[in-house]
Amino acid sequence: MIKKINKVNTSAAVILLSIILIIIKNLTKKFDKLMAVDHVSLEIHEGEVFGLLGQNGAGKTTIIHMLATLLKPTSGTAQINGYDIIKNSSKVRKNIGIVFQAPSSDDMLTGFENLKIHSYLYGVPSELRTNRINELLKLVGLYERKDDIVKKYSGGMRRRLEIARGLIHKPKVIFLDEPTLGLDPNSRKSMWDYIKKLVKEEKITIILTTHYMEEADTLCDRIGFINKGKIIAIDTPQQLKLMVKSNNNYDDNTDKYIGDIIKLYFKVTNNNRDPKSDNSSHILTKNIEILKSFKFVKKVEQKGSENKKLVLILYVDDINHNLPIILKSIDNVESIEFSQPTLDDVFYTFTQGKIAEEPEGGFMERYAQYDKK
Amino acid sequence: MTIKQILNSMFVHSLLHVYAIWLREFKVYLRERSRIVGSLFTPLLWLFIIGSGIGSSTTLSIDVNYQKFIFPGIISMSIIFTSVFYGAYIIWDRKFDFLKSVMVAPISRETIFIGKTLGGMTNSMIQVFMLLIIGLFIGIEYSLVSILQIIFVSVILAFLLTALGLGLGSRMHSLEGFQIIVTFVVFPLFFLSGALYPLDNLPDWLLFLTMIDPATYAVDALRNSTLGLATYSFEFDLLLLFCSTIITTLFGMVSFRKMKPV
Repeated sequence: MIKKINKVNTSAAVILLSIILIIIKNLTKKFDKLMAVDHVSLEIHEGEVFGLLGQNGAGKTTIIHMLATLLKPTSGTAQINGYDIIKNSSKVRKNIGIVFQAPSSDDMLTGFENLKIHSYLYGVPSELRTNRINELLKLVGLYERKDDIVKKYSGGMRRRLEIARGLIHKPKVIFLDEPTLGLDPNSRKSMWDYIKKLVKEEKITIILTTHYMEEADTLCDRIGFINKGKIIAIDTPQQLKLMVKSNNNYDDNTDKYIGDIIKLYFKVTNNNRDPKSDNSSHILTKNIEILKSFKFVKKVEQKGSENKKLVLILYVDDINHNLPIILKSIDNVESIEFSQPTLDDVFYTFTQGKIAEEPEGGFMERYAQYDKK
Repeated sequence: MTIKQILNSMFVHSLLHVYAIWLREFKVYLRERSRIVGSLFTPLLWLFIIGSGIGSSTTLSIDVNYQKFIFPGIISMSIIFTSVFYGAYIIWDRKFDFLKSVMVAPISRETIFIGKTLGGMTNSMIQVFMLLIIGLFIGIEYSLVSILQIIFVSVILAFLLTALGLGLGSRMHSLEGFQIIVTFVVFPLFFLSGALYPLDNLPDWLLFLTMIDPATYAVDALRNSTLGLATYSFEFDLLLLFCSTIITTLFGMVSFRKMKPV
């Protein structure tokens, strides 16, 4: 129920309707001279899928490590399910699950054994243990391979095992640190499906970090953009895209335009292939006038003949509703291309190209190493 | 307290945590066959080649076959090397983030430490048993009492040295660095323990050094049980071993507490 409302309303409604599970206040981490996390404040609601989106080195993993009580903040704090990460770290750990970026399961144990060991560590009652493990293995599609040594698992399978491991104690929230890093496109799609299944069946809060815009767009209810350790925007993917749509500035360089764009290719009548001839230009002029009369068409551009076709480029609002109207009102359209803003555009706008340099350090090499796998 | 209360108490939970960590270490060791076989290689080399090699030309001040004489020392050597180098696995665990997944669980650092120490100790003991069987082939005679004494002393030595190894390992970040540092620890421990020579007639400076080596007391106690030869009393050996164990265990626990998972 809360899921539906998230999609339709703004984040304000979400705050009203759900419990706040995680409160992050001025969380900061400084490594020598590097300000890895710069006074981050956030609230995460129960049941939501929240994405921390940013480049490598922006501070995402550092935030996750602090929330998971693996790293002490330099200043600031956070509360997870009411427990303070510094003062009550043990209770926090009972309430969270985490899947790290690099694989962290035990190579020399089977999938089942990995989960068994962790069920001991998390105090899962003995009568529930086997059932819970088998349930989770089925959830992540590893039940058939449960008695195989993890060494034989693929990268995607290991991640799924770690998701199962993260859920063994039914935590309130699970952190997924770059869940599809290093996976091929098929495995990525599978992983997204598993995560969506997770959301549906376990009704758990998920915080994921990623630098794949598409991933955040597909999976997350809300996204927080992070750059150089600072949160630069938080909202639903829809709202974020709306936020960055270029304003009614027709004279702007259209290369930098962010918004819905439609490209119309017009038919040329058989005996008249010359775009400059009277007949074609008449068709065009008529159509241009009709298009300009629409309020939602902000600009109409005529492109010189592309492959001897007549092309019009339209900068519009709300392409989803207005494209049918446009197509009904003009004729001779042979084909169309269209595009809508992506989160890449959003990210670019917010960072204005000032992306953080990837920091030095052994851990970055490790990630790169993992990608090559 | 009801049974349920007892079962749910922190203490029992901690025991389960220790068990879980130990179980993992044990299973991994059993599956790495090469580890088990390979770790026997050096002790056997020493026992048979050095033992026979030096033994055929040497007479000790004590009237006993040199190969049999060094046998307790070889057991100690196996324990020293296996136990201290066990700390390398912590560095490995940290490199591959397995350690992180354990540290993010709601268990105490002490639990992890004890579990791993017991794991390393078990691994060393498996080798000790294999060496004891080999001892039969070189003429060592056991009695029920001596076997129990040998096991007891070996367990303490293994525990004390694994704690040391883990403590050192938790403070280091590279395997190469660890191996270098540990070489400075392991070789003195072995060579100063009287494993290869009797403690009589030593020059003062060497005698002094053997006295500050905890392994000396283990070797002495083992030699006592297997051959009936000893410099110190069995009780004295045990006392010093216990004291050393407390020191290294504290060192290990403190190091683990300070260890940064990330």
